[in-house]
Amino acid sequence: MGRQTPLFELHRELGARIVDFGGWDMPVQYSSQIGEHHAVRRAAGVFDVSHMCVIDLKGVRVRAFLRALLANDVDKLVRPGKALYSCMLNEAGGVLDDLIVYYLTDSWFRVVVNAGTRDKDLAWIRKSAREFDVGVLERTELAMLAIQGPEARTKAAKLLSRVGAATALELDTFVGREIDGWFVARTGYTGEDGFEVMLPASDAERVWRELNALGVASCGLGARDTLRLEAGMNLYGNDMDENTHPFESGLSWTVAMEPRERRFVGREALEKIKAQGSERKLVGLLLEDRGVLRSHQQVAVPGVGTGEITSGTFSPTLERSIAFARVPAGTGQQVQVDIRGKLLNARVVKPPFVRFGQALVPLQK
Amino acid sequence: MSKVPADLKYTKTHEWLRTLPDGNIEIGITDHAQHALGDLVFVEVPETGRALKAGEPCAVVESVKAASDVYAPVSGEVVAGNPKLANEPETVNTDSYGEGWLMRVRPAAGGPAAQLLSPAEYEKLQQEEGD
Repeated sequence: MGRQTPLFELHRELGARIVDFGGWDMPVQYSSQIGEHHAVRRAAGVFDVSHMCVIDLKGVRVRAFLRALLANDVDKLVRPGKALYSCMLNEAGGVLDDLIVYYLTDSWFRVVVNAGTRDKDLAWIRKSAREFDVGVLERTELAMLAIQGPEARTKAAKLLSRVGAATALELDTFVGREIDGWFVARTGYTGEDGFEVMLPASDAERVWRELNALGVASCGLGARDTLRLEAGMNLYGNDMDENTHPFESGLSWTVAMEPRERRFVGREALEKIKAQGSERKLVGLLLEDRGVLRSHQQVAVPGVGTGEITSGTFSPTLERSIAFARVPAGTGQQVQVDIRGKLLNARVVKPPFVRFGQALVPLQK
Repeated sequence: MSKVPADLKYTKTHEWLRTLPDGNIEIGITDHAQHALGDLVFVEVPETGRALKAGEPCAVVESVKAASDVYAPVSGEVVAGNPKLANEPETVNTDSYGEGWLMRVRPAAGGPAAQLLSPAEYEKLQQEEGD
């Protein structure tokens, strides 16, 4: 038996199928994975993401600490509440984890890291924080809910006070703040609008039931995975890990090489890779033949080389199979994927595949 | 509890068999199996004329989550794969013992080689697997 979130018993009561995810017993689906996916694209759904690790970093030099720790530059954060997506790298430029960092005050930042990398991340952060006199506090007493979909914000706001609701509905994208004792952020991992809410674990079950009563569907990790892949968002451990660097993981946009004088862990390695040019890249694939792309399937790029699928699934929105694949840098528009010994045709496309309910890739050539 | 029709035979790997009036055998996956797999999005059935050996993988059913093999419960020749499943794989979820059949096989002489289960035996297997 793995670790359990404060909502574990409720998931069971709601009929969820429970699976192991990074050492946690998590709901993969309640009734239909495709139904839950569509609920988020068309209306609203709620996910239990309490397994993710919330860490508060406090100290007068916390900004300098994060500028040295992260590949993206927290100096982009000028307004309190603003969030930034970043990789945390090792010296070789490999990705230790991807995370969200919030700027709360000049001496208080908050990061949210993946469940499966919690212990490794905490050890790494604690080791580096000493030099900067930054305190590292894991907020295990908080639950986290992701409420996502075109109707998510208005429905979630009904659970807040009148003033709180107005404040929440005025939040800009990628901004969070304390509202009615919760931390409410306009962030997510689905390609839809919505909130991620950190709240006392003791509130979580009541809030979940009230959201259900407002028509917000309970959604499991299965739908979360198809939604994030359609949205063109990486999954740590699938699409990048310690053995891959951001430039071959579709994450160049998250690395701040400017300003040049900022030293951060992994910078030297990335400068070398950049000077030589990355040999591989992460691309989106749309399967043109019938079948389903899955991680670890081999990709043949005629005349160029080979690659591998890192994440693949059936896209409920496109009703076609989509994937991310790591392929040679010289890969053009067309590849073949080996599915059970048959070579099927796939087209290289630029993610995201879907955003705000709309298909963004042409399904016909 | 999943449905287990009394007029069918079953396998340990969750296929069902129905003997048709012409002596051919219709094969599909059980209600228990479709439920465990979840929403099916792709089904690959064998081509007509293919010779099957009992116990070998002969079809693939894929849900959003994963791909699973279907094993031939008998040796014989495929006389039909269900053409409806190419465009409507979800039929296996909605009617696993009817419209969602996978293939029809003319059994080889000598009868089924694989060990088949009665409905009661299959229900017991499901309970052991924690249905």
